Amino acid sequence: MLERLLRMLIKEFTQVLRNPRMRAVVFVMPVLQVLIIGYAVNTDVRHVPLAVYDLDRTPASRDLLARFEGSGCFDVVRRIQVEGEIQTVLDAGDAKAVLRINRGFAEDLDGGRTALAQLLLDGSDSNTGSIILGYAARISADFNRTIIEQRFSKAAGLRLEADPVALTWRAWFNPNLDSRNFFVPGVLAMLVAVVSIILSSMAIVREREIGTMEQIMVTPIGRLEFILGKTIPFALIGFVDVALITAIAVFWFQVPLLGNPLFLFLGTGLYLLSTLGVGLFISTVSATQQQAMMTAFFFMLPAFMLSGFVYPIANMPTLVQWITYLNPLRYYLVIIRGVFLKGLGMEVLWPQLLALALLGTIMLALAAGRFRKTMA
Amino acid sequence: MTEFAVTLCDLERRFGDFVAVNRISLDVRRGEIFGFLGPNGAGKSTTIRMLCGLLEPSGGSGTVAGFDIRTEREQIKRTIGYMSQKFSLYDDLTVEENIDFYSGIYGIPRTKKAERKAWVLDMATLQEHRKTRTGELPGGWKQRLSLGCALLHEPRIVFLDEPTSGVDPLSRRAFWDLIHQLAHQGVTVFVTTHYMEEAEYCDRLALIYRGELVALGTPSEMKGNLMLDQVLALTCDRAHDALALAATVPGVRDAALFGRDLHLMTPDAEALVPGLRQALESAGFRVDRMERITPSLEDVFVSLIEARDRADGAQQAFTS
Repeated sequence: MLERLLRMLIKEFTQVLRNPRMRAVVFVMPVLQVLIIGYAVNTDVRHVPLAVYDLDRTPASRDLLARFEGSGCFDVVRRIQVEGEIQTVLDAGDAKAVLRINRGFAEDLDGGRTALAQLLLDGSDSNTGSIILGYAARISADFNRTIIEQRFSKAAGLRLEADPVALTWRAWFNPNLDSRNFFVPGVLAMLVAVVSIILSSMAIVREREIGTMEQIMVTPIGRLEFILGKTIPFALIGFVDVALITAIAVFWFQVPLLGNPLFLFLGTGLYLLSTLGVGLFISTVSATQQQAMMTAFFFMLPAFMLSGFVYPIANMPTLVQWITYLNPLRYYLVIIRGVFLKGLGMEVLWPQLLALALLGTIMLALAAGRFRKTMA
Repeated sequence: MTEFAVTLCDLERRFGDFVAVNRISLDVRRGEIFGFLGPNGAGKSTTIRMLCGLLEPSGGSGTVAGFDIRTEREQIKRTIGYMSQKFSLYDDLTVEENIDFYSGIYGIPRTKKAERKAWVLDMATLQEHRKTRTGELPGGWKQRLSLGCALLHEPRIVFLDEPTSGVDPLSRRAFWDLIHQLAHQGVTVFVTTHYMEEAEYCDRLALIYRGELVALGTPSEMKGNLMLDQVLALTCDRAHDALALAATVPGVRDAALFGRDLHLMTPDAEALVPGLRQALESAGFRVDRMERITPSLEDVFVSLIEARDRADGAQQAFTS
């Protein structure tokens, strides 16, 4: 039993590591991708390109503009001279927002009337749009408060008191609210899924296609030996990838790893069990490598979308939320983010571990059950 | 083990409506080289796969080394060696790695491993290529390595599915020498082929056609008893044109070119000679030789297959 398994492992490793393309897929691709995607996946909104259309041209209007520029949230990229330019700037996407200050802004302000300014916003990306709106609202509120303070002290000769209520806040996890800290661990989960599912979905069908399967099937090798021989090498490769990507996340992107790395590896092991189970199952039901590849992609896309990697599961309709319970990625994301950002361990994450263990066992059992030592 | 290494009884395999193997019954004795012949698609590989436990039979029964091919497949797999039609070792592993892999999978005891490996390398004359990637070997060498790997665990019965297809004549000859050596050591060899000259090397033959067993016997039995027609060999000029004419002469059941000769199938060769000679000579052919010959195996098979086609045709005409 052990002898046969050992022989399977030696053979699988030799085949993967000898093939230059496979080496690249297994070790180079994940590293390159985490480096590139690590920079790309970032939902922080900073340095919003802003165009300004100042019709008033007074110290008051310039004061408001200065507050936008000085906030660090906006970069003024254009000063608009004629009305029609607003449209072209927004159409071309040169600016995400246009601040328009009407003639008579200073006059209204001095006269105690409500002075009007307008923010024209590119709302096509609604998320970014509302964040920009939040920044602008904060700036105008600050501006208002300064003016009210000035008027109050001028009229009453007193300093305005402090606000009746002050909300102070602090982010308990990810204190700088850095979105990269949230996404890089997710990228890890995704890349490990890609590598393990692709390798394992090819594993059996490839041998069937090139004909080596027929020879294997007339030997006394057991089904379990064969399936394990096809699982363990890819699991080990998956662990190496996790270690590589974790190292890049921690040392290159400075993502904090607060929890126990060994616990992360435990979670990874159970996660790999389920992704390899899925891959091997695909491999047993496919007749050709092409079919297997297609099926793997049909699995992976929804698995990424419905994992909480980008879109929070809590926002999904109830029915869709139920579907996500079948998705191993969902549980692993909770584990990996919990370990990285919150420093969590077994005491909180055991339900996720349990779910992965269950899913993995079921998928592998299905794959082993589908695998026959006979043809057709 | 009984007297028989392999027994088949009404063995049948269907793929949907298609009957690939139609109730074949035969026995293979221990230590015999048993040739399984037939044109492509006759059901040879399907039969061999059922015997090796790769395919489930749809009907009938069979045993290999005394084990039931339905219920004792794993025992069979431990006992036999199998070499499939397609080269099925790992191209990306070296000669030695392939041998090591199979020797591990077959659970060959540690103490015997080195000896068996040396035996395979010697047998396949691949000593100097042990570190060569298998994919880079020429076809005939690959076949020898395949055979070697199938024999690593010293099986008492080996199944070879068209082991020499696509191999040059010299390598084919060497391959058959190996098969004879095995038989000499008491190994039962069950081999399929569609090369008629290879059939002569077998102790006994089965001819299958469209999934059915058409004939069974030793090569000489086949040539002696099974031939319904006599064969008249004819040497003349413009053999190709003569063929068309000869086929129309009454009493000629079938005519075929064999090299520069014509072989004519006829129920009575003696009676045919005068009429045939006259027909050819009056058409301007020069007849050099005309004599009854012992049929070759190829003649036997062609005549048997055509007889079967005629019978099937008549059957179809009758039923429709």
